[in-house]
Amino acid sequence: MTETAHAPTIVLNGKTHELGGATSALDLVAEVTGRQLREDGAPADGGRLGIAVAVDGEVIRRSHWSEFALADGHTVDIVTAVQGG
Amino acid sequence: MTWTIDGADLDSRLVMGTGGASSLSILETALRTSGTELTTVAMRRFDSESRDSVFAMLERLGIRVLPNTAGCYTARDAVLTARLAREALETNWVKLEVIADEDTLLPDPVELFRAAEVLVLDGFTVFAYTNDDPALAKRLEDAGVAAVMPAGAPIGSGLGILNPHNIETIVSRAQVPIILDAGVGTASDAALAMELGCTAVLLASAVTRAHDAQAMARAMALAVESGHLAAGAGRIPKRPLALASSTFDGMVAAR
Repeated sequence: MTETAHAPTIVLNGKTHELGGATSALDLVAEVTGRQLREDGAPADGGRLGIAVAVDGEVIRRSHWSEFALADGHTVDIVTAVQGG
Repeated sequence: MTWTIDGADLDSRLVMGTGGASSLSILETALRTSGTELTTVAMRRFDSESRDSVFAMLERLGIRVLPNTAGCYTARDAVLTARLAREALETNWVKLEVIADEDTLLPDPVELFRAAEVLVLDGFTVFAYTNDDPALAKRLEDAGVAAVMPAGAPIGSGLGILNPHNIETIVSRAQVPIILDAGVGTASDAALAMELGCTAVLLASAVTRAHDAQAMARAMALAVESGHLAAGAGRIPKRPLALASSTFDGMVAAR
């Protein structure tokens, strides 16, 4: 068996997702939503984000996104409000 | 007309859902016309393809958002969804919905109650969607929910209020607002809910799936107001036979 270095992989919203290097929850939210975020998780444009993140079934508070390092095997859900109810 | 929940005063007694509308612009027109001040949304995985900006729209309209746990079958999923909603939408309010199966969409009483207990302890203002069972309604109230929301009939069925007597019983024993949720098909159903003493009515499909959503939104706003006024006006008792409203004194008689 040969050891092959593989990029760390997470399950993001039910699909396999490769992490390109060190990625915090904040980096991932910015990448997925396409919005610039401040260190505290608020959008740089001053609007509201309306997004929440759970890793392995636990909610990660927005203020902790920047320090939360995603790792191989994490299951991450990024959710928002949609029509319903 | 004002009612209060968790320290918030609301003028409109019509709580709207956002489900079922074929477009955001139809939904916006319906919400504006309904005069609602509180509207539900569901929480789902973010989809960058979707431009569903219901959250931004509600913010623009100045309508308070009530996230729900629609689609959850277990207390565990409902609690996680509620916590995600609190984080995403910055509100402690949640419409707790734990369904038993997708054919009836009726609440699972056991999972519902478990989730209600956890969420109340966790500081949520819980609006509990439940069935029309007065015993369960009382247990939910005792567990600390802020409002009990009995279904008039299954979600989206438009069957109206199948057991008005139970709704009346729930209302008569409650110390918290009772909001009739689910089953409303047309304006008279909403008026009846208010006449039975409900504090408010929550509906979505009846408006969003109506042929003319705007007209139905207006009809519902009037019905809720009308029913509320009637409830407080002291209706006449029902009687088995007629009671003449004109005097018989001074009658003319043909010869």
